[in-house]
Amino acid sequence: MAEITYRDAVIRGIAQEMARDNDVVFLGEDVAKAGGVFKATVGLYEQFGPLRVRDTPISEQAILGAAMGAAMTGLKPIAEIMFSDFFAVCFDYIANEFPKSRYMSNGQTKCPLVVRTGNGAGSRFGAQHSQSVENWCMMIPGLKVVAPSSPIDVIGLLAAAVRDPDPVIFLEHKSLYPTKGEVPDGEIVDRLGTAKIVRPGRDATILALALMVPRAVEAANRLQSEHGIDCEVVDVRSLVPLDTQTILGSVAKTHRLFTVEENPRLCGWGAEIVSIVADEAFYDLDGPPVRITTPHIPLPAADILEDIVLPTPERIMDTVRRSLQS
Amino acid sequence: MATAQDRASVPPGAGLNDDIGEDKRLAIYRSQLRIREAEQRAYDLFLQNLVKGTSHLSLGQEAVATGFAEAMQKGDLSFCTYRGHAHTLARGVSVEKVLGELMQRDNGLMRGKGGSMHLTSEEHGVMGSYAIIGAHLPIACGAAWRAQYKGDKDVSVCFFGDGTTNIGAFHEALNFAAVWKLPVVFVCENNLYMEYTPIGDVTAVPHPAADRAASYGLERIIIDGNDADVVYRTAQKAYANARAGEGPSLIEALTYRHSGHSRADPAKYRPEGELEKWKERDPIKIYRERLKQFGVGDKVIADIDASVRKEVDDATEACKAAPMPPLDILTTDVYADGGWAWRN
Ligand SMILES: Cc1ncc(C[n+]2csc(CCOP(=O)(O)OP(=O)(O)O)c2C)c(N)n1
Repeated sequence: MAEITYRDAVIRGIAQEMARDNDVVFLGEDVAKAGGVFKATVGLYEQFGPLRVRDTPISEQAILGAAMGAAMTGLKPIAEIMFSDFFAVCFDYIANEFPKSRYMSNGQTKCPLVVRTGNGAGSRFGAQHSQSVENWCMMIPGLKVVAPSSPIDVIGLLAAAVRDPDPVIFLEHKSLYPTKGEVPDGEIVDRLGTAKIVRPGRDATILALALMVPRAVEAANRLQSEHGIDCEVVDVRSLVPLDTQTILGSVAKTHRLFTVEENPRLCGWGAEIVSIVADEAFYDLDGPPVRITTPHIPLPAADILEDIVLPTPERIMDTVRRSLQS
Repeated sequence: MATAQDRASVPPGAGLNDDIGEDKRLAIYRSQLRIREAEQRAYDLFLQNLVKGTSHLSLGQEAVATGFAEAMQKGDLSFCTYRGHAHTLARGVSVEKVLGELMQRDNGLMRGKGGSMHLTSEEHGVMGSYAIIGAHLPIACGAAWRAQYKGDKDVSVCFFGDGTTNIGAFHEALNFAAVWKLPVVFVCENNLYMEYTPIGDVTAVPHPAADRAASYGLERIIIDGNDADVVYRTAQKAYANARAGEGPSLIEALTYRHSGHSRADPAKYRPEGELEKWKERDPIKIYRERLKQFGVGDKVIADIDASVRKEVDDATEACKAAPMPPLDILTTDVYADGGWAWRN
């Protein structure tokens, strides 16, 4: 057992899979010799060589298109898109190509690839380098969408994504790269479509993803110590497939539901889950579900502005406390 | 195959004995005719409301699909567009499977789940037809990258139109393929029009593909896309280079579509006489004359014509008799587990 960063977990996760399977290849901009703009691929080029870890031109369409062609014909590519905002310039592959080829061909073609990307805010990069794009991807039939919050989940879910026969969008949170967590030695393989109860509780369920998980945990700990309110925090981890069983189970236990989303409010994943809970567990609820999101605005750059846009532990605490007391 | 009797009137020395050879020439003729007849049939069936949706015919462009396909080896991969019936048939997919898909029947290539614009037959190396302009050029690069990485000897061949050369993905793919020296052959079928607009009106260079080849360090190659022999020889050379590790080629084949862009298009934008002029250079007419020059008898040609017509007639009847797809395939194959569930 060692304590490593989320960033090092990315490197370890990719290395674990490349060492296991020669068909796993890796491509992206500045990923090989330079080790990645977030330094999340340092050492891979040295370990696996220029045939398996490849620098590409600034050609997001070519990166994802090539990953798809390679996947369709037998490789297991991991493609990096530097910032998730850039999905917009290669969205054809994400929306029209990867997820539809199996269906349109009536099951003839397959597309087992992983797109890794730096997602989310907190680095003062402004509106074109800070977005959380999980909702762009979640709505597309045929894709899987994963967003880990801890080093151990990074390794395990990345391994699961690489071994998955479907195209997987793997969203790494930029602000989590320097954070640390305990990781056991040896191979780690998790399962997609499983949520994790990261803090058990009785009074309310808080669903969170990626950077919002540690914030929700902090809020829950303070709600307990300062107000005697005992919240259960569920790390959703995977939006597609979605672990509704764990979510509904938690709501059945606590009878109250809060979602914490780092994305613009409109059409956020929280709305989808609230709708599922309303359909299938309405009578488990003791009060209306509440969504805590960013407002429906582009992300501002200034630290003072960015900080108030993202849900904070304080905002989560206040919202939960007021809702439970009303 | 020509018999001695058929050749009775042939002057000495005029046999099918050049580099292409008799068997291949007859195969090239048959394939072009098969595409022509199948597509004309698709149009007839549309008029009878038996083919629905849209479809994009390659009438007049048969030599390109045929020449490139006949030079391919088993295991080579082709990537085509919504105008991909020809490329799919050229690789040996049956007329029944193609017409069945166009008629949205259960006997279609994808049982009606793909439609006219999305023909795929992995067993024939037909790796899909892509309806978003330019999307498949990078995908073909990826398939070629796999061949390079694994030491496989197959070539990926990617067909697209002149209009596609103004899309970003074209330029990304060409640069990518060139820097990685991938075994991929890009084939631009310059039929002079994108949808309804002449390509010259919207392109900064006269030859939309070939004039840009130098930007990627590639040879400028322009060929007569209506002469299947020229196409076949060009393809052989490009594939050989790709297999030898010499990297990609970009080939601009000059051709012309006899019909409108899609079935909704009467092609009124064409200048008077243009179609007639190109019909004199109809690839099938050219090829039939070529066979005769080489001494193939009328009977051999007539036999091929009759057998192709019968194949298309039989396929049509089989498709008319085939059931519509069952509703239970609606939700299959969204995910690899065969289903469509996105939650547990
Ligand atoms: C990205 C994109 N833009 C526009 C279209 C609509 N569209 C379909 S075919 C076509 C013309 C393509 O022309 P060209 O590449 O010359 O091919 P051709 O039809 O001549 O085979 C257009 C604009 C599309 N399918 N995809």
